[in-house]
Amino acid sequence: MLLEKKQNNRKNIISLIAVALFLVVVLILDQVILPTNKMSMLLTVLQKGSVYALAAVSMNLLNGFTGLFSLGHAGFMLLGAYTYAIFTIPNAVRDTVYMYYDAAIRFSLPEVLRNSMGSLGTVLGVIIAVLLAGLVAAFFAWLIGLPVLKLKSDYLAIATLGFAEIIRAVFQWGKLGPVTNGSNLLKSFERISTFKLTVGATTIKLSTFVPVLIAVVCIALIVLLVNSTYGRAFKSIRDDEVAAEAMGINLAKHKMISFVTSSFFAGVSGATMAMVLGIAQANNFKSNMTYEILLMVVLGGIGSISGSVIGSVLFVAASEWWLRGLDSGVFLGINAPGIFRNGFRLVVFSVIIMIVVLFFRKGIMGDRELPEQLGKLWKKIRGLFAKKVKSEEVADHE
Amino acid sequence: MELLQSILPYLISGISVGGQYALIAIGYTMVYGILRLINFAHGDVFMVAGLVMVYLAGSMPLYFAIPLMIIITVALGFIIERVAYKPLRTAPRMSVMISAIGVSYLIQNLALYITGGLNKNYPAIPWISDRITVFGMETSRVTIITPFLTVILVVALVLLINHTKIGMAMRAVSKDFETAQLMGIKINNVISMTFIIGTFLAAIGSMLFFTNFIGVVPTSGAMPGLKAFVAAVFGGIGSIPGAVIGAFIIGICESIIKGLDTVLMVNGSITEQVGFATFSDAFTFALLIIVLVFKPTGLFGEKTTDKV
Repeated sequence: MLLEKKQNNRKNIISLIAVALFLVVVLILDQVILPTNKMSMLLTVLQKGSVYALAAVSMNLLNGFTGLFSLGHAGFMLLGAYTYAIFTIPNAVRDTVYMYYDAAIRFSLPEVLRNSMGSLGTVLGVIIAVLLAGLVAAFFAWLIGLPVLKLKSDYLAIATLGFAEIIRAVFQWGKLGPVTNGSNLLKSFERISTFKLTVGATTIKLSTFVPVLIAVVCIALIVLLVNSTYGRAFKSIRDDEVAAEAMGINLAKHKMISFVTSSFFAGVSGATMAMVLGIAQANNFKSNMTYEILLMVVLGGIGSISGSVIGSVLFVAASEWWLRGLDSGVFLGINAPGIFRNGFRLVVFSVIIMIVVLFFRKGIMGDRELPEQLGKLWKKIRGLFAKKVKSEEVADHE
Repeated sequence: MELLQSILPYLISGISVGGQYALIAIGYTMVYGILRLINFAHGDVFMVAGLVMVYLAGSMPLYFAIPLMIIITVALGFIIERVAYKPLRTAPRMSVMISAIGVSYLIQNLALYITGGLNKNYPAIPWISDRITVFGMETSRVTIITPFLTVILVVALVLLINHTKIGMAMRAVSKDFETAQLMGIKINNVISMTFIIGTFLAAIGSMLFFTNFIGVVPTSGAMPGLKAFVAAVFGGIGSIPGAVIGAFIIGICESIIKGLDTVLMVNGSITEQVGFATFSDAFTFALLIIVLVFKPTGLFGEKTTDKV
């Protein structure tokens, strides 16, 4: 028991160091790679990858760990993106953004706090706006969850999908224009390209670091939740609802906790998405976005957090970077503009996904996690060496 | 009288749209009744039927193009079932549903690639797309024909299911999958037949649907598909008359909501546009949620009990 605890401690420390190293590397990459460089795609992949990784992990919490098949993710991301955007548009440009309406909300959190606390206020304002985005999404999830969570499997899926569509329609309603800008897009709010830290004469760019940091912190929180007693309750609900109830788990309560938490992080990822893209428009958050996130989760393995991260980063990297050539005429040195034209990338991509869905149903990771797999690999390598030494010793004795 | 006159066009177009939804909804409800699967790709098959028609009509006369379009669509439905759903027959339900979502994603992307994302104009089919005047309003003939055609097809389908051998097999399979298999029913044939009937009706529906629309885009199947599914749930999934009635109710409500601004302004209840039309899609889903919460089995659905 004691030994296990010690080992767990060591594992935690190793994971922490690895994550910290990763963040440092991202920070350095942010400074080194210029926007004109070919490698700047890497930054884009990191930015969008972290948005989708968080979305996928939060969906996995619901679909993979609690067994609630929900398809309302795009709706919650929309709530997050709009909340973030509305509360960070600077006052000076608010009237140009709300061209056709008389804006109802006339303050920007980063601006208000900047006036009272200086540049630290900007950071704090953005953080508060992101948290608010999550809270709004969580609140609506709670409201929606009250009637919907009683439903079973595919009925739940279609009901949540319906709610996402309702939210989208409400946000595009002309009467709400003073708040949501109707069907027009929101822009000019705080976005990643303006995130900089000035220390003396040097400016440190944070445009990739911030979304990655948000994703890392949120995913770490989800990992903690999954490993807690709540997480074990979620898994037992997934495996057998009736048995879980018989063991004294309050189904309604735990389903609600899972749904609200997942939606909170979906809202945060929506806010991060608005931050990365620099625009927020209800029309972008269609059910197709939910499907894409679901496919990322499937690609990585349902029920594996590291799988979801890997799946979404691969998904983004493949669609934004590696398979770009399929759209623009030249791929792997083959020049065939007739075949490699607009849209071919997505076709190849969806074929790959179908192959995964049909033949590799467990995805990349199954329900295992990366750290333990790496640990096993490390032990194997060490075992290999240990054996060699032993056999050499035996040979010496003879 | 004035109010009635202002509602009438929306009512008629609602009945017509309802008929089109009904033809799609049958595909959903039959597949769900047998496989317990929401066939997310069904709406996209419907869109493909529209696209195929566009391409075929460009290269051959219509009396060849229409039967060929129906054959191609039915073949697509058959292939989807064999390739994407059959290998997963023993897998958990979630995997099959994910596979359906994957197929939908693939079909949409393929359509996007082939069309280049452009709007494809649907060919005018003589006679049915002619403009006629009914009750003092001008509309195309298809609007009037659709509900009658739908009812005829549905009656034929119900007769098929109640009075033929394959129909009996279908009923048996939807009651109990495994027992039906033990009784010597070739389950794969029955499932294929279900998909063939479903896609056949969707192909007819697409012809009626797109005649009244400007054109076909890769995403134009998604919304009608979802609404037809809602109609199937509303009527009680697994029940064909239920799906048809549900589809008519949804079509009429949606169409009236689209025109509610105009109707209320004629009536004098409101003086400026409120923008109810934004909610024509949202209403369908609100209805779905209300039905699911208060009567999860729908209007005509059978009550099921879960055994531990």
